[in-house]
Amino acid sequence: MQEITGLFKIAEILRGILGHFLPDPQLVDICMSLINIGAIFTIISLTAVVLVYTERKVSAFMQRRSGPNRVGPGGTLQSVADMIKLMAKEDIMPAGADKWMWILAPILLFIPAAAVFVVFPFDNKAIFADLNIGIFYFIAMSSQSVLPFLMAGWASNNKYSLVGGMRTVAQMLSYEVPMVLSILGIVMLAGSMRMSTIVAAQQHTWFIVLQPIAFVVYVITATAEINRAPFDLVEGESEIVAGPFTEYTGMRWALFFLAEYANLLAVSVIATTLFLGGWNGPWLPGWVWFFLKVGGMIFLFMWFRWTFPRLRIDQLMSFGWKVLLPLALLNIIVTGIGMYIYEFFS
Amino acid sequence: MLKTETFTLNMGPQHPSTHGVLQVVLELDGETVVQAIPHMGYLHRGIEKLAESRTYAQFIPYTDRLDYVSSMGNNLGYCQTVEKMVGIKVPERAEYLRIIMTELNRIASHLIFMGSLAIDLGASTGMMFGFRSRERILDLFDMACGARQTYTYIRFGGVSADIPSEFIPALQRFLTDFPAMLDEYHRLLTGNEILYHRLKNTGVISGQRALEIGLTGPALRASGVDYDIRKVEPYGIYDRFDFSVPLGQVGDCWDRYIVRMEEMKQSASIVTQALEQMPEGTVMATVPKVLKPPAGEVYHSIENPRGELGYYIVSDGGVNPYRLHVRRPSFINLQVLNEACQGLLIGDVVAVLATLDSLMGEVDC
Repeated sequence: MQEITGLFKIAEILRGILGHFLPDPQLVDICMSLINIGAIFTIISLTAVVLVYTERKVSAFMQRRSGPNRVGPGGTLQSVADMIKLMAKEDIMPAGADKWMWILAPILLFIPAAAVFVVFPFDNKAIFADLNIGIFYFIAMSSQSVLPFLMAGWASNNKYSLVGGMRTVAQMLSYEVPMVLSILGIVMLAGSMRMSTIVAAQQHTWFIVLQPIAFVVYVITATAEINRAPFDLVEGESEIVAGPFTEYTGMRWALFFLAEYANLLAVSVIATTLFLGGWNGPWLPGWVWFFLKVGGMIFLFMWFRWTFPRLRIDQLMSFGWKVLLPLALLNIIVTGIGMYIYEFFS
Repeated sequence: MLKTETFTLNMGPQHPSTHGVLQVVLELDGETVVQAIPHMGYLHRGIEKLAESRTYAQFIPYTDRLDYVSSMGNNLGYCQTVEKMVGIKVPERAEYLRIIMTELNRIASHLIFMGSLAIDLGASTGMMFGFRSRERILDLFDMACGARQTYTYIRFGGVSADIPSEFIPALQRFLTDFPAMLDEYHRLLTGNEILYHRLKNTGVISGQRALEIGLTGPALRASGVDYDIRKVEPYGIYDRFDFSVPLGQVGDCWDRYIVRMEEMKQSASIVTQALEQMPEGTVMATVPKVLKPPAGEVYHSIENPRGELGYYIVSDGGVNPYRLHVRRPSFINLQVLNEACQGLLIGDVVAVLATLDSLMGEVDC
């Protein structure tokens, strides 16, 4: 019998309490599902608030500034103030915009960003749905975010937005391929696409040790997937103003922003799960380890953003197809041969 | 039959990376630039016309507003032109102070270039670092003349005031720290693979073409033409200093960047030499309050951070210039934009604009 710890224990206690008040066990299940959904949405919105503050503090640290330090102790409430400001802003729609597409784009972008959280193993057994195609589900869901960018770019009736939208499609499609291929090596090693199995397989050796090339390819492609510097061509502030987001204001713009940070968290979580051993770690509870590793990955992504210049669109494409894709393919071949040799000798 | 057509994109006048209020009308084929026509005039203040109703001395503060990140050079160019007309002898100490200030201003200006190039290419940390070092120079100017950007420090016959006692130690501290700062920028930007590939072979201007258009300053020297007015026609006391003129070979954005980075090193060396040689004495010659230069015309040019800054003054013997024209390097350098950008991508236009380093205050005089 495995010892029950961490987040799963909290869920068990909650389930016990609910069992006292609700007669039907089915009702308890429904309530627990709602609580889980609520927890995931809380995590997403809290993430955005925390990450915006972190991003500003990290950039300040790298640029030898103090960053936000006025609202709340140490500026911690700055993001809250920003949120309030965004909610109070006027909602402007440009003349000649394609109304429904324009309204739908930010919502459709946010849905896949939130949906991928379903398969994240925050702790041992603390996973909303431990699908047997967990990682496949993540890839399928996250690739849905290509279309809303193009929708926003097209519907805005702005040339900068359109150029940005076109860039997004080109960039995200070409970086999806090496990303999937880099993940394939992990799936081969773990022999499963189920998140909990992948993490359990890393109990002794993290996959970053066995798959260093895949890790590098994954981190680069993930940065491109979430459109962060040096792959932030979608927004490319100094070139195309803000790309697809140029015409959005207030809460609609905030939804893009929320999705961006939810995606940042998502790719960091996947990196942690696939390469850094997930919740595995000595002494501390699993979920603490998990969030420490995710935090480390997020810092890495922020580090990239605040030190690298932006690539040019043609360089971006040729780097993706001519360097990353062969590298990822090579990694799969080497992994396959390695596995064969390992099995042969043992 | 499928047919594609080009579209027009108005880059500016409100755009994050046009360095002020420049409008570039881009004709694009997808992301490829077919034509990039700069439209100027959004910052036109009629400075040349204003000069005609001001006395010679009253015009000095207007020169500050031309190239507002290297105002010392603008002051120097104008004052030397008028001194040449009237025939004023400047005291030794003032000559040295002028050199120190203009060379420091050159460093400050190139630091802005570096910072704005970095942020135009998406590396905002580079900008913060550049401005941090520039702040040290502005503090020095603040000590000398009380202003951070529009100095009017250089006057007819010398400089407005002698430097305070705390200036020289502060300057020496800056000169000691500067190589380490420059080294840090090289590590952050020059050594960056992405920056190299963004700048290398983009926006190539051949030496021949650069001469035809009349490019001056680092943009010309990056194309391999050895033309620096400080060497060719040493004005002031530039013949007393030992410095070299960095040259590029290809004339691409990378060369323009490297040339400016090297120039900063040379400027720091000039300041060090000037500080060692500077004598004691007065900083101002006796000059009448109202100047009446003899009728005639004069042209004088100096090497400003952006190129050859020339003043052409026609005098009719009165208290106001009859006509004053400023040869603004930013304006002339910008003319090459269209040629340099053709066939490049949108992202490169920004890089070419940044490395030409045109300043709108000077483009629209």
